[in-house]
Formats: sequence, structure tokens, C-alpha cells
Amino acid sequence: MTIASSSPPSRLPLGGAEGAPPKTIAQRAGAGENQGDGRLAAVFLAPALLGFVVFLLWPTLRGIYLSFTRFNLLTPAEWVGLDNYVRMVNDPIFWDSLTVTVEYVLINIGVQTVAALAIAVLLQRLTQSALLRGIVLTPYLMSNVVAGLVWLWILDTQLGIGNEILAAVGVDRIPFLADETWAIPTIALINVWRHVGYTALLLFAGLQAIPNDMYEAARVDGASEWRMFWRITMPLLRPVLAVVLIMTVIGSFQVFDTVAVTTAGGPANATNVLQYYIYGSAFGRFQFGYASAMSVALLVVLSAITILQYRLTRAGRTDLG
Amino acid sequence: MRIRTLVAATGALALSLVSGCAQGGAAGSSPNTVTYWLWDANQLPAYQACAKGFERENPGLKVRITQLGWSDYWTKLTAGFIAGTQPDVFTDHIQNFGQFADLKVLEPLDDLGIKDSDYQPGLAANWIGQDGHRYGAPKDWDTVALFYNSKMAKDAGLTAERLNSLSWNPEDGGTFEKAVAHLTVDAKGRRGDEPGFDRNNVKVYGLATNGGGFGDGQTQWSNFAASAGWNYLDKPRWGTKYQYDSKTFQSVVDWYFGLARKGYMPPLSDYNIQSNQANTQVAAGKAAIALDGAWMISTYAGFKGLDIKSALTPVGPIGKRATMMNGLADSITKASKNKAGARKWVSYLASDKCQTVVGRYGVVFPATPAGTRAAVAAYEKKGIDVSSFTEPVADKKHARTFSYPIASYSADMTALMTPAMEDIYGNGKPVSSLDRTNEQINLILSQ
Repeated sequence: MTIASSSPPSRLPLGGAEGAPPKTIAQRAGAGENQGDGRLAAVFLAPALLGFVVFLLWPTLRGIYLSFTRFNLLTPAEWVGLDNYVRMVNDPIFWDSLTVTVEYVLINIGVQTVAALAIAVLLQRLTQSALLRGIVLTPYLMSNVVAGLVWLWILDTQLGIGNEILAAVGVDRIPFLADETWAIPTIALINVWRHVGYTALLLFAGLQAIPNDMYEAARVDGASEWRMFWRITMPLLRPVLAVVLIMTVIGSFQVFDTVAVTTAGGPANATNVLQYYIYGSAFGRFQFGYASAMSVALLVVLSAITILQYRLTRAGRTDLG
Repeated sequence: MRIRTLVAATGALALSLVSGCAQGGAAGSSPNTVTYWLWDANQLPAYQACAKGFERENPGLKVRITQLGWSDYWTKLTAGFIAGTQPDVFTDHIQNFGQFADLKVLEPLDDLGIKDSDYQPGLAANWIGQDGHRYGAPKDWDTVALFYNSKMAKDAGLTAERLNSLSWNPEDGGTFEKAVAHLTVDAKGRRGDEPGFDRNNVKVYGLATNGGGFGDGQTQWSNFAASAGWNYLDKPRWGTKYQYDSKTFQSVVDWYFGLARKGYMPPLSDYNIQSNQANTQVAAGKAAIALDGAWMISTYAGFKGLDIKSALTPVGPIGKRATMMNGLADSITKASKNKAGARKWVSYLASDKCQTVVGRYGVVFPATPAGTRAAVAAYEKKGIDVSSFTEPVADKKHARTFSYPIASYSADMTALMTPAMEDIYGNGKPVSSLDRTNEQINLILSQ
């Protein structure tokens, strides 16, 4: 049994859907019972809230505080004011890191989004096979570190099977992970390989929410698949695509594990992405204050990009219905 | 009421989870147990045997050994210091000693009665901190030598005797460079010193690469630099100025990475710390000689179908050959929960009794002379000649041994030197760029 695209679309909570939404428990309950519900809600919320405070809010606030200190984790933090930020602005390695990270994100997200969209549309329009949908997801089931190591071995300049094949067909060997120019695109594509299926599946879920009768109506009007993609699929998928983009961009900026196992930031800092530099400063050089300052900078950059993306893509609104 | 109970129960559960995590790592620390960490899996059986002897002598005390891979080891140890889940005793490396001493996470071991004369020269003294206290008990040592593929050497007409008497200089590379060039073969079978040699199409490199060498060059350029009279720092221990700006050093580095430009050593892009180190290149038949450490003896001996032998490092401009002699030590953590037991265990580890047992396994050279002798005999029994590693230690007239740089902020030094050396090796940056890197490192050191 497959989830056929012709079956009634299961709607995602995009808001503004046709028909009245079912009433919530709170709406059905009388005013007198509201207080009891509040307590119950508090109980249900408590675990999540505890998690939020312990694992997110407190570490964030403490991280911001630490960014104003000199701290090696083992002796008490010492307040140094803006020193870490001054150092950051004057640190060429930090700016280099940021540039490398942006380069990675552009390649990673650019290729991944286009590929995922193509796969999602193909899954939606051409096939109804659950097996194929499963296969698309398989690279995502592998751990990042394992994927990184396997690709490292495949792409090794001297011994990797990938380069052996290149050499066998008479092409020069390519130092995929060992050359300044190649390393970042290679890492970006390794991660595209791993994440594209997952991203495609998210977009596919978004596509399922587009009513099939729109396509039928368009077909009756004689629209081609290409035209339907641009006139129906893309506009109606926009809110989902926007959310997926925001999520993947944030994830992409935080690239770490693939770099750690394949290049360790090298050669000559060519893949020293921001998270790797932060990690090295903190856990290698015990400069937790400076590492915190760079983390705060990353937080600011990510927040700005997210707000900008949200605005530009009107992620909160849908054209459906 | 019920809700309040529920909230309380949830809170209690969460708290117990959090505190449970914190205690997890330290579980088992008791007055009767000493926890001990090491990273070399090859050495685990040897130290387990040693622990058995210790437990027999100290009824009621138990040693629990944990082995972790090199990189996980330091990450976990750091996390352990922070979370209070560190072992009582751990195998310590000079590279991290300065940092740990600065962070004050080590227990002084002055009262253990460690004497310099009980160990191979220099090993005990290296573990005295800047404050004059001892923080490590000598455990073992290693040196660096040439591992070579004997068939390739024979094909090139190079005898063992010849390979053991090579000399080197930064101008023309001496007989060492000649040998390396002769061992290099291009895709058309032409040797590196023959006309028409194609350096861009090399089948077998004369010398394997171990990368840029970070700031220490232990198995890369350090033996050359030291045999040209250069030192890492202005003082043998706890120096305050690195000397990467020295013209001697820079000429050595220029010559060494120049081997790659000439096609005698693989380019940096062929190297990977995970997938393709020098020993892999030798095992794959892509390189004839590798500069590597004594800790790799068993690895090279184990390459199937290859007869790998070892030779001394070449004699340099000072008229001596040189090799880093690096020693590990056992240290006690300051926050150890069983310091009394830990002291007993470290004393035992540093004793002839334990080191001879370890030596007999033939996996490492223990720090005491008796332990070293036991190891040499054990290697001999396996048919491995280790004289290229022991001779520089025994024959100070013809060989110079030097230690890994001992200074504060060594992690910062490594973080700055790694990309700097890779830039020279991989991107052809001039060696004079090290002047600026050296300046930056010394600025950190002067804090």
C-alpha cells in the first residue's frame, strides 16, 4: 500500500485551510473549568519547559556572560569586558573562518535545495513507490562521522577508489579533501549527499498538501508539467520551502563533524569552518571566553539570516485556499 | 494536591537524572580502586600484566584500566577534568603537560623519590614543572628512525650499511637526498636521479610524507633541524621564545619541503592524517622510506608481503645524527578520589619491576634501563632489530637526542604552526612567513 498522490491530501497545518477547524478542548470547556486546565497545562508543559530552561535558555545566557570573560573552565572566570570581541574583530583567522563557512553554506544549501526539490517533485508527480521514497532517505540513516570517513577513504588522493577510477580512465587525480580549492566544495557535497533525501522528504510532505484538483484543472487547461511546477507547485510550496530553508541554513552554518573527520580544518585552514574554530579554541586551547564570543557572533549572524529569510519568503503566510 | 505531587515527582526525576549523569563517570572510584587511563591498545595487555603484579603486592587495591584512542583520550580527559570524572592516574604526554600544569590539574609527585639516574637520560627531568615540582613519573621513551622497504632498497643498490651511514645538509641534501632520489621511480620506470625523470608522475616516492609536522615535526623535519644545530626554544625546558624565525630552521624546512617540489616526497595533497599517513604509503608500496617513531615498530613489522627494516637518521651539519627522544609519564590528577592508592600505583608503574614486565611484551621501550633491555630482547625474539632506535640514546658521541618542546601554551603554538607549515608545504608560501607566526606565538607566550 502506498500513499498515492491521488488520495485525498493530508493537510499540513499551514493555516488558512478550508473549512472550520475542529474545536479545541479549551474552546469546548466552560469558563469555570479554565483554571483547572491551566494547572493541567502547566503539568504537561513542565518537562518541556524544564528542558528549555536547562538545556537552552540557561546555557545561552551563560554563554553570553562567558563571552565577556577569560575562562579556562577549571579556574573561575575573570571579567574582561569587551576584550574577546575586540580580539575577534582583529582576528584574521575568525574572518577567514566566517568566509569559509559562508562558502560552504552557499554551495551546500544551493545544491541541496535544488536537488531536493527536484527529487520531491519527481516523487510526487512520477512515482507512488514507497520503496523509492525509502531509498532516497537511506544516506540520512548513516551517522555523519561514518559518512565522512567513508567518503574520505573513497576520495583519498593516493589510495582512494574514487581517484583510482579517475586514474584508470586517464584523468588526473584530484585531491578532493586535500586541496584548498576542492576541500570546501567536496565537504559541502558530501553533506548534500547525506541530507538531500531528508530535505526532499520534507518538501515532498509539503507537496502532498497541495490539492490534486489544481493539477487536474491545469491539465484540463492544457498546462505542461513545467508550467504547472512554476505556477502551482512553487507558489503553494513556498511556506514549506521557506521553513525547510531556514532549518537547513541554520544546520549548514553549524557544520562540524564532517570537517572534523575528513580535514580537521586543513589544509592550511582552508576548511576551518566557524564551529570547528570555536571547538578548537575552547576544547583544544581552553579559551572558553573567546570561543563563547565567537559563538555569540554566530548566534547573531544566524538570527539575522533567519529573520531576513522569514521576511523575504513570507514563511508565515500561505497562498493555499 | 495531586498536581503538586506530580510536579514534585517530575522535578525529582529530572534532578536525579542530572546528578546521575554527573556521578556516572566517577563510579567505581573508591578507596580500593585506582582508575588508570592509557591510549595505546598495543600496550594494554602489558599494563594489565603489570596491574596483576601490583594487586598481588597490595591486597585490597584494584587497578581498573581504561584504553581510549588517542584523540578521544584527550577530549575525554579534558571533559573529565571539567566534570570531575577524571581517572586517578593517566598516561601523560609532554605536548599536554605544559597546559595541564598551567591549569593546575596535576598532583605533585615530589615525594615518590623519582631519581634522574634510575631512567634513561633526560626522561625524568622533563616532568618537572615551572614551579619546580614533579608532575610525572617516567614510563617509556621513543625515538625516530628510517623505516625502509628492503626490496626497493636492494633494487636501487642501497645496502643496509649505506642507508645507515647517510649524511645530509640543507644546501644539496647530501647522500641522504641522493639515496631518496635514487629510490624514487616515475611512471615510466625512470629513477629520480636519472635524466627525463617526470616529477609530476611518480609511482614510488623515495620518502613518505607525514604532513606538515605541526610545530614539532617529530616524524617530519625535526631530526634534520636538530642535526643542523637548531632548538625549538631558547631554553631546553620552559623556554619563553620559540625559534621558528631562525634562518637555520627556515633553510632546513625549505630544503625538506623542497623534496616534494622535486618529486621525491609526495605533495601535501597526497597526505591525510586519517587515511594516508607515512606508514600507509609504505604499506601500499607508494613510498620506499618513512621517517617514523619507535611506537610504529610493530606496525611496520606487520605489513604482509613486505620486508621493512630500519636505519639511523642521517648525520647533519653538526656532525651528528639527531632524533627526538620523547618520553611518556604517568601523572596523578589533582582531583583524584584515591590519591594514596594512586601514589602506590604510580610508584609501581615507575619501578623496574613493572617496566621489565612491560618490556617483555616488546611493544614499547620502558624508561628504566632494565625495562629497555627487556624490550630489546623481546623485539629480538620477534626477529625485529631495533638498534636504529636504541643506538642514538646509547651513543651520545655520534647522536643528538632532543625532547619535544616543553613550554606553556603548546596548544596555541600547535594551532598557529599547523596552518603555517601546511601553507609552506602545500601552497608554496615562503619559509620567511614563519617569522610572523613565530612572533604571534611568542606574543602569547609572553602573556
